[in-house]
Amino acid sequence: MITLTEAPFEPGALLTDFCKGRDETGAVASFVGLARAEGGNASILELEAYPGFTENVIAAFAVGAAGRFGLQDWRIVHRVGRIAPGEAVVFVATASRHRRAAFEACDFLMDWLKSRAPFWKKEHGPDGARWIEPTAQDRTDAERWD
Amino acid sequence: MARVLLFGRLADQAGWREREVEAGSLSALRASIANDDAALAEALAGPGVQVAVDKALVRGEAALAAATEVAFLPPMSGG
Repeated sequence: MITLTEAPFEPGALLTDFCKGRDETGAVASFVGLARAEGGNASILELEAYPGFTENVIAAFAVGAAGRFGLQDWRIVHRVGRIAPGEAVVFVATASRHRRAAFEACDFLMDWLKSRAPFWKKEHGPDGARWIEPTAQDRTDAERWD
Repeated sequence: MARVLLFGRLADQAGWREREVEAGSLSALRASIANDDAALAEALAGPGVQVAVDKALVRGEAALAAATEVAFLPPMSGG
């Protein structure tokens, strides 16, 4: 399940919920991405999504990932709107019978989310605001799986 | 009337995010926007800009019915 939220979320609570009621799951892997302050150069991160479209594209990709890695379940929560340094931007959790699939699928989902998911990202800093494109490292990370 | 949505830097450039435009096709919609703001029409046709009609990506031309939603999506940045 994918959720976009303008409100801050608590990653620990999401992970607790995701782990509940699993008597055939041997492994849950999770990742939490936080907004960096960049030494004071980024006061606010602003993420824009296209409601309805962004969730559908992410869900379709995650369903494909679940098939590729043999996941039992996955959960993605992504902030949109204005995000302060230190706040969680993204939460990804994956569940599988054995740990390797959970680890790899979590890594795979994050590489794609960071580079290709339908978001538009603006960094507000002391010198104004600028739109951010994926970094070369983000692209290289995503291409590892192609 | 199509409902036109702009995202990211395209909305900043245009100075609007959402607007109703009378057009029966995507090319008519682009022409109508060009009439109003040539630089914006050029940006909407720029490299990496994708178009979604009723939330599905389309390439090239598309017919637009009443209340169709047309979104111009600049290169996606990831989250």
